[in-house]
Amino acid sequence: MAEFEIRDLQARIGEKPILQGVNLTIERGETHALMGPNGSGKSTLSNVIMGHPDYEVTGGDILFRGQSLLGLPTEERARLGVFLAFQYPVAVPGVSVARFLKTAVEAVRGKSAGGAGGFLKGVREQMKSLEMTEAFLDRGLNEGFSGGEKKRLEILQMRLLKPALAVLDETDSGLDIDALRIVAGGVNQLRGSDLTLLVITHYERLLKLIQPDHLHVLMEGRIVFSGGPEAVQELERRGYDWLREQAGEAVVAG
Amino acid sequence: MTQILPTDNKLVQDYKFGFVTPIDADAAPKGLNEDIIRLISSKKGEPDWMLAWRLEAFRHWQTLREPHWARATYPPIDYQDICYYSAPRQRASATGEMDPELAKTFERLGVPMHERAQLAGVAVDAVFDSVSVATTHREVLKKQGIIFCSMSEAIREHPELVRQYLGSVVPPGDNFYAALNSAVFTDGSFCFIPRGVRCPLELSTYFRINAIRTGQFERTLIVAEPESYVSYIEGCTAPARDENQLHAAVVELVALDDAQIKYSTVQNWYAGDAQGNGGIYNFVTKRGHCRGRRSRISWTQVEVGAAITWKYPSVILEGEESVGEFYSVAFTNNRMQADTGTKMIHRGARTRSTIVAKGISSGESSNTYRGIVRVLPRATGARNHTQCDSMLIGPQCSANTFPVIESFNASAITEHEATTSRISEEQLFYLRSRGIDEETATALIVHGFCKEVLKELPLEFAVEAVKLLELKLEHSVG
Repeated sequence: MAEFEIRDLQARIGEKPILQGVNLTIERGETHALMGPNGSGKSTLSNVIMGHPDYEVTGGDILFRGQSLLGLPTEERARLGVFLAFQYPVAVPGVSVARFLKTAVEAVRGKSAGGAGGFLKGVREQMKSLEMTEAFLDRGLNEGFSGGEKKRLEILQMRLLKPALAVLDETDSGLDIDALRIVAGGVNQLRGSDLTLLVITHYERLLKLIQPDHLHVLMEGRIVFSGGPEAVQELERRGYDWLREQAGEAVVAG
Repeated sequence: MTQILPTDNKLVQDYKFGFVTPIDADAAPKGLNEDIIRLISSKKGEPDWMLAWRLEAFRHWQTLREPHWARATYPPIDYQDICYYSAPRQRASATGEMDPELAKTFERLGVPMHERAQLAGVAVDAVFDSVSVATTHREVLKKQGIIFCSMSEAIREHPELVRQYLGSVVPPGDNFYAALNSAVFTDGSFCFIPRGVRCPLELSTYFRINAIRTGQFERTLIVAEPESYVSYIEGCTAPARDENQLHAAVVELVALDDAQIKYSTVQNWYAGDAQGNGGIYNFVTKRGHCRGRRSRISWTQVEVGAAITWKYPSVILEGEESVGEFYSVAFTNNRMQADTGTKMIHRGARTRSTIVAKGISSGESSNTYRGIVRVLPRATGARNHTQCDSMLIGPQCSANTFPVIESFNASAITEHEATTSRISEEQLFYLRSRGIDEETATALIVHGFCKEVLKELPLEFAVEAVKLLELKLEHSVG
């Protein structure tokens, strides 16, 4: 049984079909990269995996360890060990990062994270490796955060929640080269047989830092290419057009 | 007919203060006339001037009309169908302690009436229906010259102070409910902080309505002499009944030169059931007078109860450089109707005021902010900042904002910001993607939304207020 499997997934937002039969299998402990042009459905896929209410799944299935996620509310998917690092994390004014982290960790673990003091001590250690200052903890959640700060906080959450499956949705967007190195380092430390990763990105530079085992290209709501890590450079060199041509009329018309 | 809602009613279970204390009462017959007012006055052993004051207010009230400009609809109130005086018959105790039945009641309400309560740093005046039944920590306060007692006692023991200040901020004829209150007020608290004294305890009054078909008309007066400071807390609850009970209070605050009064309220009157049956009509006039230079009055309110709220805690900024503040969270659910806000009247030069009002509506409720900022010609250099934010939970509730700014002095600076938002789907999704269920996520978002106001409350009180908000939210989502 694969750790994570997407079978012929179809989804739409309103009347507009976006995913048109996505198939993807990831074995436990593997890292897969998903690339594709703007509007190909990458973010839709990550939202559908997490159960965003705006998207309607019209066919297919998403299986995590053999269990379908589709009937489950978002919070239960999270409790099973599914994590999404958001491309645009939303601000929740007035809710401190410290309070949010404790609430989230307790919700996912299903038990108290102990006293605030002990909990925050652990959080501070994790923050050091992401080069975050302690002042972060008292700030409103994503309130007035720079792009880089938001992304670091996403990875901090990932480190605290210890998911079995993490989807990183364009975690590299809006990051300068130093921040990118820190964030990628924070992810790489977690890699191993306990973490299955789906890294969604536009750019090769992230995949140089988080090296995938497999690469897929999503176009017009379908996976049109799958290959080994060496394909990253080929894509960087040739762009997406040759795939578009290869995928042929059906996709373009679809 | 009045009946207690069955205990399997979910709302009654949720409103854990909805119980009734089985205690005999010494009650006046229903109805309102001069004889009833004479009865109230004589029950309280009042001097003649007080009775005369009441009767004058009553005669004036008869010429007034019930105000209906608020955004609230309700059937006509029959003022002759209300009991205006009800006092619990306390069993006499050799040690002078509170009747055990009443002590049990306040224990259940979480109001500390015992000596050990001193640890909490709060002195309490407990008002049960029409009378104050106990006031704690009086000796400690007395050593510093602070007077903290029931209004009835103040009228008997400190008539010179009461005559000087009573009605000096809210005159008996101020409005319909203030006039009614002036005629029939029964109890409430009197606080006097002498010159230069910083009150060492939080002063607090807990108002409990218990008796059926009884209105509560409390009257509170706080006077802070020059360079003094006091923080005062007010809490209130009532049994869950399917009748509407009237609560028409008047609160007056007077701050002299360099004095500061901080007045905090957590209002949790019974709000009625999901269909809108029962609940308290909370028609209240609260006003502070910054009479002295550099004096400061802050109102902080967390309004989570009552079927209808009609309440505008205000500040008259008379003294130069005086400061008025209003921090409010008003939460409504089911069929609750809240019309609340403030008035900041700038009369003195360089006076400043701040208004932060947060309205949260859910269910089929209606939540209105109504405010006036008025800058009079002498108020050179006056400043006001107003921020009104409304949050809607679900599609059937409504939020309204009616801010009025009137400036008669060109040098004044007034700023107004207002926002209305629905609880955002994206915020909920984000929190839920971290394993947090929808109810908890909503509570977090609301808590964050109210934070600016909640941080103004005294610490322990803030904890209570947050718990209360969370409890109310639990049944507003989904």
